[in-house]
Amino acid sequence: MIKELLKINDLKVSFFTPAGEVKAVNGVSYSLEPGKVLGIVGESGSGKSVSSYSIMGLIDKPGKIVGGSIVFDGKDVSTMTKAQRQNLAGNEVAMIFQDPMTCLNPVFTIGNQIAESLIHKYGKISKEEIKKRSIELMALVGINEPEKRLSQYPHEFSGGMRQRAMIAMALAGSPKLLIADEPTTALDVTIQAQILELLKDIQKKTGMAIILITHDLGIVADMADDVIVMYGGKIVEQGSVYNIFNAPQHPYTKGLIRSLPDLSKKGEKLIPIQGNPIDLLNLPQGCAFAPRCENCMKVCIKHMPEEYLTADGHRVSCWLYDSRANNSTEVKNND
Amino acid sequence: MTNNKSKNFPSGNTSAQKQDVLVEVKNLKQYFSIRKSLGKTNSIKAVDNVSFKIYKGETLGLVGESGSGKTTLGRSILRIYEPTSGQVVFSGIDITKLQKGKLLPYRKKTQYIFQDPYASLDPRMTVSDIVGEALDIHKLASSKKDRAEKIRDLLKLVGLNTEHASRYPHEFSGGQRQRIGIARAIAVEPEFIVCDEPVSALDVSIRAQIINTLEEMQERLHLTYLFISHDLGVVRHTCDRVGVMYLGHIVELVEAEELYKNPLHPYTQALLTAIPEPDPEVAKKRNRIILKGEIPSPVNPPSGCKFRTRCPYAKDVCEKEVPEFKEYGNGHYVACHFAGKL
Repeated sequence: MIKELLKINDLKVSFFTPAGEVKAVNGVSYSLEPGKVLGIVGESGSGKSVSSYSIMGLIDKPGKIVGGSIVFDGKDVSTMTKAQRQNLAGNEVAMIFQDPMTCLNPVFTIGNQIAESLIHKYGKISKEEIKKRSIELMALVGINEPEKRLSQYPHEFSGGMRQRAMIAMALAGSPKLLIADEPTTALDVTIQAQILELLKDIQKKTGMAIILITHDLGIVADMADDVIVMYGGKIVEQGSVYNIFNAPQHPYTKGLIRSLPDLSKKGEKLIPIQGNPIDLLNLPQGCAFAPRCENCMKVCIKHMPEEYLTADGHRVSCWLYDSRANNSTEVKNND
Repeated sequence: MTNNKSKNFPSGNTSAQKQDVLVEVKNLKQYFSIRKSLGKTNSIKAVDNVSFKIYKGETLGLVGESGSGKTTLGRSILRIYEPTSGQVVFSGIDITKLQKGKLLPYRKKTQYIFQDPYASLDPRMTVSDIVGEALDIHKLASSKKDRAEKIRDLLKLVGLNTEHASRYPHEFSGGQRQRIGIARAIAVEPEFIVCDEPVSALDVSIRAQIINTLEEMQERLHLTYLFISHDLGVVRHTCDRVGVMYLGHIVELVEAEELYKNPLHPYTQALLTAIPEPDPEVAKKRNRIILKGEIPSPVNPPSGCKFRTRCPYAKDVCEKEVPEFKEYGNGHYVACHFAGKL
């Protein structure tokens, strides 16, 4: 069996706000093999970003990891010293964000910022070496005239080019895992296509694993090997990309895929998921999706569902797959 | 409902001509001047010589990347911006020539739904004030009681709880806020609404709800929509015809189904392959046409065909001559020197 690169077990992250405890991530477990692309889908507030920020140690006050463990490459992240953590973030795990402009420092040149990543990785390194490596990185991410562009500032770059520069910085440490948080959401479709192709290409060349966080099911279908669907701080369904799209099991996943306008013809009414997004301050006692679920049963309101293994080998957290719910049509909507 | 609509809106140019034209845009130009150093001024040609018709009861989609001018075009048609030149004929009246004071009756017939439901609602007004303001301006309520009743009916119509009328926008979720925006737009019983990216800011699970609400309103109130979006999936579902914009020009305009089946402009072809397809079997196998580079600056657009700098098929003629926006049968308009030959 292949050794896991990343193993997250029962991770819980809460934000302690004046209005109360917000359970942003509420018991999430998954693992990732080297070289795989894992897509995490969910709407805003589902905990998809927070769960990955915890790997990097990016949870700030008032947020706190309140439970669970993160093991990266055999090392438990929570027991690491500060220095070890810093080495992890940036060198072994790198991250790119949705909005490249807010992540790049406007008063330093792109070259400066890539050099910073290189120094972080290699410590003492000569200026010539930095320049040589920076140019290589810029060329790798498809930036033309890299030598000239290195001395430019972020505002001289367009949105797509900034994202490329961000990717170059992330690659400087030759990471084993790249976390991409909505990397193309701020970009136009044609530029999005360029960046996605670039990520695929780099992944092929370097063999790194990618966690791709997005709300766009189309991007996940294109890029991911495995998919996690999150709702209300929990994983509701996980499986291979083919299983999730061809045979979705959880009512939320089914609803999401069904509500996509791409699949319905003009003239057909869309089938939306009813209700409003979840309020994390007032999480339901049972399944978080229960108030919006069309198959909601009595048990769903009171008790959190367990994880069930389906016939085709993917996992789903829903009471419908409990053996006692076999006659689900009768149980459903009884109250 | 929409089945009905497609019956009313037959395909093909000859039958389309029999349709009532609600809005006709003729050679519309919208330039914005920007100051350059040393007192020189330069202009951004946000919309450059655009002509098209919008038929009564249809939904015309406008797609394109940011900076293509689709929002500007929508706003110029409603005279939110003062067009630089050209005409917008609404129900037979050229509204670009109307004096400012005489615009109010036209304003009642046309409305705008904004992209960002967080920015387009006044945070210090209650929902009933927001919707009621539209009624007040056009004097549509005869008494206080009538006003309150109308507001209640409108909220109910768009699927909001009428008890929420006294609440403020921050108490609502994004989808609910967009419903408030829709209620405000339909309050004045308009004929024509420009929907500017009405679902882009919303969560995926909420988008379908709002699209359905918009379609329901169209059916009940016999509305005509100009639907601006960058999401080609949404456009395919909601629109009868689609116009594709690039750098201030409409480069292709055709019935929605035909656009997806038989795109003639190379930009449209690339745009269609760039949409992420939510089906792994299709997505992982297909060949994308990846456009090189990015949309050029509208201050200094390329000569000839504006798309030539990114076009994989560009030839000498594309640099020298601006391609004509011509019909290639069945109401399929394209601006490309090599349309149908690619």
